[in-house]
Amino acid sequence: MPKLPVPAPLRRPSKPGEGGNGASSNGTEGGPGGGAMEQAKHGAAEGASGVAGWLDERSGATGFLTGMLFRKVPKGTNWFYTLGSATMFAFAIQAITGVFLAMYYTPSATQAYESITHLTNDVFLGEFVRGMHKWGASVMIILVFLHMGRTFFFGAYKYPRELNWVIGVVLLILTMVMGLTGYLLPFDQRSFWATVVANNITATGPVVGPYLADFLRAGPEFAATTISRFYAIHMLLVPGLIAALIGAHLYLVVKLGTTAPPWLKGEKPKSLRREEVG
Amino acid sequence: MKQAEKEDYLQNYDLLKKRGKPFFPYAVLKDASMMLVVFVVVAVMAIVLGAEQGPKADPTTTTYVPRPEWYFFFLFEVLRVLKPPWLVPIATVGIPTVAIVLLLLLPFYDRNAERRPERRPIAMIAAVMSISAMAYLTFLGASAGTPTEIDQPAPPGTEAGLQVAAQSGCLACHKIGENGNDGPGPELTEIGDMLPRAAIARSLQVGPAIMPSYAELPPKKFDDLTAYLAALNGNE
Ligand code: HEC
Ligand code: HEM
Repeated sequence: MPKLPVPAPLRRPSKPGEGGNGASSNGTEGGPGGGAMEQAKHGAAEGASGVAGWLDERSGATGFLTGMLFRKVPKGTNWFYTLGSATMFAFAIQAITGVFLAMYYTPSATQAYESITHLTNDVFLGEFVRGMHKWGASVMIILVFLHMGRTFFFGAYKYPRELNWVIGVVLLILTMVMGLTGYLLPFDQRSFWATVVANNITATGPVVGPYLADFLRAGPEFAATTISRFYAIHMLLVPGLIAALIGAHLYLVVKLGTTAPPWLKGEKPKSLRREEVG
Repeated sequence: MKQAEKEDYLQNYDLLKKRGKPFFPYAVLKDASMMLVVFVVVAVMAIVLGAEQGPKADPTTTTYVPRPEWYFFFLFEVLRVLKPPWLVPIATVGIPTVAIVLLLLLPFYDRNAERRPERRPIAMIAAVMSISAMAYLTFLGASAGTPTEIDQPAPPGTEAGLQVAAQSGCLACHKIGENGNDGPGPELTEIGDMLPRAAIARSLQVGPAIMPSYAELPPKKFDDLTAYLAALNGNE
């Protein structure tokens, strides 16, 4: 394993008896302090040196981070396991480009379209950022489905990860809702009429359908209030829910560990077998 | 899953995990490479395909394509298959709801401890069938054109109405003569025989079921359109 520039408090603690773990020097230039072990021993007594030490003394973050980083992923983990974090990254792209779009977008029936025109034609890199947001949405949808397919075919939704599957399905639905609510915002002909139809589809739902459609439309006509309602849902409500649920999803991933590919069988190493007898 | 199976799984998992590698840097490196790929793909698409902007939304003009994003095609296509009005709620709400519930509850009704795909034939067949159905419907949706021309000649004196119908996106959901899509709306080729002009006008104003309302069309266009539709009686 190549030596990576990891700040000292994050380095893997040395095994007892092995001596120092290569934490170079003690806090030159206010950099991170000594090895993690020493820090654990002396930190509280002496007051940890350096920013990382200071933070750690007050948050206990390094224990958590080393646990996160150096937890083992099971044997056989392959490229299919990157689809989840790729989805998360696609969401991050949407969030970041979305913030920049929001700086120029005006959610009103009279100005929405013009603000997009302005953004696309006049703003530096405007069309690029809008393009990334637009195509990033499709890419994120594809990645969510691929990731779901991976967990399905690997049987990863089974005990003990049932809850993570349920959270995942909610994330899938929310991602689709993002696509639906975002489509109206450019307010061109296509997005307008497609959303009229989508809203009519909502209205065919039994019992709550018509009410939900009325709520989304926010009035008898598709107009300014509809746009601001879709905008609030698209850039505050749903992304907030998605971010929170991704947090819960990842918490469970770290806590339970990712599955091993289903065709692998664990063999007990000799040392362990002896331990069990002993 | 029985208790013994659970313990068996956890034990086996523990062993595989012990023989695994640390998340950092091995998995992190893979994840990061994949993220880079995602970034490059999105950036290249943004540069090559750009972000075009259609004409401004306008309830009173007539050229538009009422089409959802491609990832909703499969839902929209269900509406073409289940066309009769009394089936529409099944297509719009029933099927998606059932699909979501089936997906949400999957871990609770699939209680088989086996995880290897080749030993889960039912799950695999169900998955392949759902994926094929979705792919097929998406393909249908992608290839369904939204023509803006009607080849069948207009009944005498109603050419203006034909133009309005051709350019108002009706063909996305209706068929007139050889043009348009067979659904979700009924075929309009002989609509004049089935509905009086007043009823047609009412339909256009209300927008029955999922059809948009056309009440905002300029009165002249609206009249041309209803005159044309009312004259469509299949006698041409
Ligand atoms: C989003 C799809 C969609 C579009 C676009 C659309 N319609 Fe419809 N239309 C429908 C559906 C669905 C129905 C059937 C509603 C019902 O009765 O449940 C319908 C019904 C009708 C009816 C009544 C037919 C009957 O037998 O009751 C007429 C007339 C009609 N449409 C004309 C038009 C015209 C003209 C246009 C274009 C200006 C148009 N539609 C655009 C979906 C659409
Ligand atoms: C916004 C969408 C989502 C994000 C950001 C996300 C992220 C992740 C990440 C990073 C992992 C770690 C392992 C891996 O990458 O495979 C994971 C695991 C998992 N995800 Fe998701 N996910 C999302 C949607 C879904 C969906 C739609 C499902 C299924 C319905 C799902 C079910 C699971 C399951 C069961 C695991 C555990 C897999 C294992 O332990 O092998 N997730 N998710």
